[in-house]
Amino acid sequence: MENFIYHRPTKPADAVKAMKDAADGKFLSGGMTLLPTMKQGLASPSDIIDLGGLGNSGVEVGADKVTVKAGTVHANVAIDKGVKKAIPALAALAGGIGDPHVRNRGTIGGSIANNDPAADYPAAVVGLNATVVTSARSVPGDKFFTDIFTTALKDDEIVTAVEFPVPKRAAYVKFPNPASRYAMVGVMVAELKDGSVRVAVTGAGPKVFRVPEMEKALEANFSADAIGGIKVKASGLNSDMHASPEYRAHLVTVLARRAVAAAK
Amino acid sequence: MDTGIGARVKRKEDHRFITGKGQYTDDINLKDQTYAYFVRSPHAHATIKSIKEPEWAPEDGVVAVFTGEHVAEDKIGGLICGWMIHSKDGSPMKAGPHPILAQGKARYVGDHVAVVIAETKEQAKAAAARVDVTYGVLPHVVDVAKATKSKAQIHDVAPDNTVFEWSLGDKAATEAAFQRAHHVTKLDLVNNRLIPNAMEPRAAIGSYDSGSDHYTLYTTSQNPHVARLVISAFHGLAPEHKLRVIAPDVGGGFGSKIFIYAEEVVCVWASKRIGGRPIKWTAERTESFLADAHGRDHVTHAELAMDKDGHILGLKCHTLASMGAYLSTFASCVPTYLYATLLSGQYAIPAIYAEVDAIYTNTAPVDAYRGAGRPEATYLVERIVETAAREMKIDPAEFRRRNFVTTFPHQTPVIMTYDAGDYDASLKKALEISDYKGFPARKAAAAKQGKLRGIGFANYIEACGIAPSAAVGSLGAGVGLWESAEVRVNPVGTIEVLTGSHSHGQGHETTFAQLVSDRLGVDINSVAIVHGDTDKVQFGMGTYGSRSGAVGMSAISKALDKVEAKARKIAAHVMEAAEGDIEFKNGSFSVKGTDKKMAFGEVALAAYVAHKFPTSEIEPGLKETAFYDPSNFTFPAGCHICEVEIDSETGVTEIVSWTAVDDFGTVINPMIVEGQVHGGITQGIGQALTEGCVYDSESGQLLTGSYMDYCMPRATDVPSFKLGFTETKCPSNPLGMKGCGEAGAIAAPAAVMNAMTDALGVKDLAMPASPHTVWKTLQATKMAAE
Ligand SMILES: Cc1cc2nc3c(=O)[nH]c(=O)nc-3n(C[C@H](O)[C@H](O)[C@H](O)COP(=O)(O)OP(=O)(O)OC[C@H]3O[C@@H](n4cnc5c(N)ncnc54)[C@H](O)[C@@H]3O)c2cc1C
Repeated sequence: MENFIYHRPTKPADAVKAMKDAADGKFLSGGMTLLPTMKQGLASPSDIIDLGGLGNSGVEVGADKVTVKAGTVHANVAIDKGVKKAIPALAALAGGIGDPHVRNRGTIGGSIANNDPAADYPAAVVGLNATVVTSARSVPGDKFFTDIFTTALKDDEIVTAVEFPVPKRAAYVKFPNPASRYAMVGVMVAELKDGSVRVAVTGAGPKVFRVPEMEKALEANFSADAIGGIKVKASGLNSDMHASPEYRAHLVTVLARRAVAAAK
Repeated sequence: MDTGIGARVKRKEDHRFITGKGQYTDDINLKDQTYAYFVRSPHAHATIKSIKEPEWAPEDGVVAVFTGEHVAEDKIGGLICGWMIHSKDGSPMKAGPHPILAQGKARYVGDHVAVVIAETKEQAKAAAARVDVTYGVLPHVVDVAKATKSKAQIHDVAPDNTVFEWSLGDKAATEAAFQRAHHVTKLDLVNNRLIPNAMEPRAAIGSYDSGSDHYTLYTTSQNPHVARLVISAFHGLAPEHKLRVIAPDVGGGFGSKIFIYAEEVVCVWASKRIGGRPIKWTAERTESFLADAHGRDHVTHAELAMDKDGHILGLKCHTLASMGAYLSTFASCVPTYLYATLLSGQYAIPAIYAEVDAIYTNTAPVDAYRGAGRPEATYLVERIVETAAREMKIDPAEFRRRNFVTTFPHQTPVIMTYDAGDYDASLKKALEISDYKGFPARKAAAAKQGKLRGIGFANYIEACGIAPSAAVGSLGAGVGLWESAEVRVNPVGTIEVLTGSHSHGQGHETTFAQLVSDRLGVDINSVAIVHGDTDKVQFGMGTYGSRSGAVGMSAISKALDKVEAKARKIAAHVMEAAEGDIEFKNGSFSVKGTDKKMAFGEVALAAYVAHKFPTSEIEPGLKETAFYDPSNFTFPAGCHICEVEIDSETGVTEIVSWTAVDDFGTVINPMIVEGQVHGGITQGIGQALTEGCVYDSESGQLLTGSYMDYCMPRATDVPSFKLGFTETKCPSNPLGMKGCGEAGAIAAPAAVMNAMTDALGVKDLAMPASPHTVWKTLQATKMAAE
């Protein structure tokens, strides 16, 4: 790891300013992704701006909306009674990320800012039609994840919270990569309060994507059988030693059906 | 509390380990210590055209950079392979040079090209990245099945990359058996390459003292005396009395720490070159993946011949065994004498013929890994026996029973003489524990849930404690395979046992003490086990091949015999009785027919004060040494039954039941033995379901270079094991022990794959049988049906 200048601002504005002034700065949240990349020499930022000093952590549960502040660690989303009641699918998703060490350090802000194609949270953000709140604006979930490891965030923009509308019912089913336990495929199915249905898939492609054909079929008939025959195209899906695009495409349908059956 | 043989004594060493008080090599820091970092080849095969250092600044902290040229300057010998194998045509195996720092060529990704020594580890690593090596990339081959026809010529001495073409058994008799066959079963098998994953990565500290012209090496070794012998005799670094090797606490080995590696030799050699400052190297996990010796990597075709009743008439096979890019310390004996000699399994097979070609590939060296050769043999035998039973429509348990060896000693056609066993007893017990009769009902119930349920057997046999020394010598071993022990009784009756075995997780500090407690009737806490230091223990062969019980403890037992004999003499003098009237029981010496009695500790004190016996006849003191050379291998055997359920939609396999009935002979500590079985089975399940080393054939790069892609089995991948034991004593050693360290890893892969092929209704399935592999198999079966 190379040397860097360490900052620990207490106000978002100071964090943004520190980033503007840095030659090649990086925000730090849980460090579960950033620190290993630095140790391996894959990233060597000039400045580290630790967002831990902002104290921006915690969950607010309202009647129609669950707000998760960006610095909230996965473990706290997983065990939060309010989240478990309002959006059990979200609590379960957070509880299935990594291992206890990772869940007690890794944050929702870091996870979505990083936009790993195999991360779990992007499926929740898109599948539940969440809004990402940043230091500068609000970005609809559908617009936030732009490409592999790339988001709509500007270099000096900080994620401050994610707002999840409370759905009628939802479930997330994950097929973990056998080795890393990231999502080889993960599917969030949600019926929102307005009756619309979302099917969001992570792990299978370069970034999270929706399956409109399944959404339409489920809006007509919210049952596993309604989508049993709907297949996503294998072309363009991820290919590695653990799964071919064809296998991933197959799993999308299997997991989506299981998610529909489990939705609550 | 009983602390003798057979007691479930809690491990004495665990307090130290679980409170963080273990002393591993990386915990040790010497004065003025420097740090080494190795420059490793990024190419699978390349000439080294030049190695250039930049101008170092003082803040770079660089002490020295060494390359193969410096090694040559000091005439430091290369790494050796200690077991000579001859090809069928009588020619000796073709071992290419293996310098401790590459000379002229790098032969696999991760090959040790140069070393940077610096003030701190970070500085060494940063500087290593700045050493400028110019490579000339050469054609490479990583796949053992393609290596003999490849453009890559890895070692000049080995045309077609062939190290040897060896055979065992009677070819003509085997061909004749196949001529007579009613049915022949044919099977192609790949025994997947594995990367060992000891919790503690390899590490070394080399240090040279110019005052006494003496070297010290701390290293993560399973056999420090063998390391000293090799470094002294073959690398030519220093005579043995000028070199001390210490293997302190070692966090797991699984075979991978038997071998003498370049890094440790470099540290101890280079310490002198930098004026005697100690040099520490600790592998990063990535280096462990790249440069620890890997395991397995066989490609095999096998055939089994049966008469019309399913009696096996003959077995033949041809195996390609990858050696990697260099011959590691014991690489050559693994696919030969530790493999083909076990191809008779538990069965009376009249004729066997095995051909093994050992092949160089541009990959990390391959050597012994938990089971070493025996898992490969068991996998072959038990997969083909199960397949034959299915093809002949004979119940697989019944098929095995028909072919079991039932009389002992039994001479197989492949060297081994099985000395004792009862294979039917372990099968019978396993069938009961697993409720074999209830399987069809369980299968039907699973089918209702959309699950494919299958059952598979592995009736393994293995050979531990390889010996006697003269026999292994005649087969090509460069060493003898005996063990030594020294029992030192202190004046107050406490005891130190110095052993040539080395504990790196096995629990010797407990089990060896149990033997002493049992024999001398002393408290287990008054016994200390000393091991792992060539200055303390005179010589020893170390721990591998499940030999520490059968061989190591037998040596201790012999030394204890001598201690007891001398103590009897002393007790007789002190109690003024005839030696023949002395009885020794429960730690006390008594005179037959009287109430005269002395505790063991009192006799020890009498031995040291030496007031009451003629020292002209009996020397003072109580300390005895023994060297024990076994008269035969030991043959642990057993029956494992695995049941799986496969989710036909996702391809996910769950192991829903596991029965293991093992015959290890005498069991010293059932708790420790059960732990060994659990760990072994889990490792075998890893091979079957999750672990597979992948090199990219295009680039030669290791694709499974971290836990992100190399999948170790987890607690959630294994069921709660149902264990049972049968016992036939091993007749060749005084304790009747056979060994238990590798059995699980030997039995498990075949049991899992037999269960999965049963569930899927297929003959072939590759390991690791990941969900993706299973799904592809299901797709292919579906398409074939359509
Ligand atoms: C062993 C292991 C297993 C894992 N398994 C999973 C898994 O199964 N599923 C899964 O989804 N994830 C998994 N992860 C990733 C984990 O969820 C991380 O916590 C997450 O990717 C990053 O969160 P972090 O808080 O640690 O971010 P950091 O590592 O601190 O930062 C990650 C990136 O986001 C940027 N960043 C951080 N916070 C903000 C912010 N508020 N605004 C803008 N940019 C920001 C950083 O600059 C950096 O580029 C795993 C990680 C590990 C180490």
